[in-house]
Amino acid sequence: MSLRGKTAIVGIHEYESRFAPNVSINQIKAECFREALEDAGLTKDDVDGICTAGEGFGAVDLCEYLNVHPHYVDSTQTGGSSFVVHAAHAATAIDAGRCNVVAIMYGSTAKSRGVAIGTGGAGLQAEAPEQYEGGVHGTTTVGVYAQTARRHMEEYGTTSEQLAAIAVSTRKWAATNPFAVMRDPIAIEDVVNSRMVSDPLHLLDCCLQTDGGGCVIVTSAARAKDLKKKPVYILGMGEAVGHWDAGRRDVTTVAAQWSGQDAFKMAGVERKDIKLAMLYDSFTITVLVTLEDLGFCKKGEGGPFVSDGKLEPGGKLPLNTDGGGLSSNHPGMRGIFTMLEATRQVRGERGEAQIPNCDLAVAHGTGGTISHRHGTGTLVLSSHT
Amino acid sequence: MTTQQPQQPQQPQPYKKPLPVLEPETRPFWEAAARREYMLKRCSSCKQFHYPPQNVCPHCLSSNTVWIRGSGYGKVYSYTITYQGGGPGYAEEVPFVLGIIELDEGVRVWSNVVGIDPKEVKVGMVVEAVFENVAGQGIAIPRFRPRPQKKA
Repeated sequence: MSLRGKTAIVGIHEYESRFAPNVSINQIKAECFREALEDAGLTKDDVDGICTAGEGFGAVDLCEYLNVHPHYVDSTQTGGSSFVVHAAHAATAIDAGRCNVVAIMYGSTAKSRGVAIGTGGAGLQAEAPEQYEGGVHGTTTVGVYAQTARRHMEEYGTTSEQLAAIAVSTRKWAATNPFAVMRDPIAIEDVVNSRMVSDPLHLLDCCLQTDGGGCVIVTSAARAKDLKKKPVYILGMGEAVGHWDAGRRDVTTVAAQWSGQDAFKMAGVERKDIKLAMLYDSFTITVLVTLEDLGFCKKGEGGPFVSDGKLEPGGKLPLNTDGGGLSSNHPGMRGIFTMLEATRQVRGERGEAQIPNCDLAVAHGTGGTISHRHGTGTLVLSSHT
Repeated sequence: MTTQQPQQPQQPQPYKKPLPVLEPETRPFWEAAARREYMLKRCSSCKQFHYPPQNVCPHCLSSNTVWIRGSGYGKVYSYTITYQGGGPGYAEEVPFVLGIIELDEGVRVWSNVVGIDPKEVKVGMVVEAVFENVAGQGIAIPRFRPRPQKKA
């Protein structure tokens, strides 16, 4: 029995502040939870499933802070894709009758605590398996993504200017989001002339570092019909893991190839019918290889694909219309925001940035590091079942 | 008036970079490096090399994996020049090269490319392992440098 259209996103909230030095992580989660319940027209007592990831004891800690005793908990940790994976798991559990209303929460104060997400390197003690590829060799997160960019350039002739097109289009969308950190327009030259952080990735190829969080509430399609907002149905879902492949890793590919295939197969929709792509943009290269591996273009053709303006306002495949991690916010694990913005667009709540007839969207999370261990989650979302 | 201090004899610099936690499954790799040997794990059951080294073969799940001294030869598969960050000991040495090396035995491994101007590193460059001793620890950190090519 397919899970297609059996569940829906019915409540959302995105933490507005990008710098929150005086709040705790659980406070961000709890406030987003409260607002998402209000958005859905639900109460705390309606919720019987709790999901979160990030730090500590996961959902167990959060249940205490919220003073709830759910029937279903999920602290699955696949990095920044965790929350997308939680939504897929929640849909499965709701359809199986384990629970009725699941709240997925994220909170982070990475910016105000001064966590160097991309360039910090590892600690002085490196355990296996990280000890072979981690801090012992001065590995940084941006450096691991840069390995994919370099190899992609070598194999397919991808250029820095092509990667920059992703940063430029994302910035155009960010100008429509009053909460986005970076809203001033940029040009290709600004990106390729910005400081090199880890060759070939420049500063403007990299996501921001912010505080933030959010909440997504999922319930059954039947229950969704009676709630406050228009349901955003989950038509397809997939999750997958990429890793070193015992030493044979092709760093130009990501696990999106598997999670995307599962999600599109379940949804039964074509790539060409997708009106919005919300793809985790830790770095410009992340978007490029994800577009390829989700099947929007062939492997190696990502460079030309992103360079014709199709990702921009008015383009054929609007991408990251909230301004993404590159220009809006990136508290460390950004996957939840792909679902939040996809939901706003499918509901028709995006005002001047609204995509006409946005009835079909993809929300895709990538966690970990793309040239090495990473987890992906893909959802196909729609205004109809 | 300032006086030029006489130059002190150069002392070996203490190793400030992160060190591997030596565990039963990983210790032999780092200790062999101190003997200038780049060790790989190969499975006696399915005969395949794998990386990173594991006691259980990731191909066939056999526990019959053995350490084999690798050639230490390979080619640069990908690399990045790090200009910012890298953690203790590395951040002070930017720019440095983090690279993925495809060894002649067929597995791709993580390391650094050294002994060359970072801007001269190329994908496909032929390299060989070199070993940086960590004083007092009985281990070394393998890195790779361009391998001199014999003239035809």
